[in-house]
Amino acid sequence: MILGRVAGTVVATRKDERLEGFKLLVVQAVEPDGRPRDSYVVAVDTVDAGVGELVLIVSGSSARMASGCADRPVDAAVAGIVDEVDLPSAGRS
Amino acid sequence: MQLARVVGSVVATVKDPALGSRTLLVIQPIAPSGAPAGASLVAIDGVGVGPGEDVLFVKGREAAFAFLPDTVLADASIVGKVDFVDLGREGGERARGPEGPILPARRARGASEPKRRASTGPGGPHPPRAKSAGSE
Repeated sequence: MILGRVAGTVVATRKDERLEGFKLLVVQAVEPDGRPRDSYVVAVDTVDAGVGELVLIVSGSSARMASGCADRPVDAAVAGIVDEVDLPSAGRS
Repeated sequence: MQLARVVGSVVATVKDPALGSRTLLVIQPIAPSGAPAGASLVAIDGVGVGPGEDVLFVKGREAAFAFLPDTVLADASIVGKVDFVDLGREGGERARGPEGPILPARRARGASEPKRRASTGPGGPHPPRAKSAGSE
């Protein structure tokens, strides 16, 4: 999993029928300390996250294990909304 | 599998039920020398480790297999705690990173356990291992 910040939503009227009903979020990948990474992903939202929130992203085929995503063309899902990241030794490399 | 060092933990109240109440840890992949290698990520703890410890982790679909028969929403799982890495140099001396051994000799039991957040796991801190990992 990686951490990300929800940057927006994606609206796609015409899409695979197995994606219908899912909210799609644009998520900017971030470092554990909050600094943005130079990458983003469009993820299916199963936890009702909102713009600006810090979230956990599950990617790859594992994302299909998210609620309601079995047998759907999903390669990234929001797995949770992060309350807090605890980095005891601030001296990260 | 890859090597990594645990650098922190993540608390998330609202989450997919398929994550359960498992502990989420921030890990930094490392080379066998102990040097950081690649971007940090969040993994589900399958063995009971804490910040500062070196671990083995699995990425991808196979990460969920660590929790069978449960179906867990995992794309990275910690599946082992590294005692030491032997690179076969100098008669099997332990691998050394920039800051000394890849895994320092274990603390005496009872010494300060790394702080864990009770809210991240069902049982809070895991008990120390039964036997000293550093003993030959």
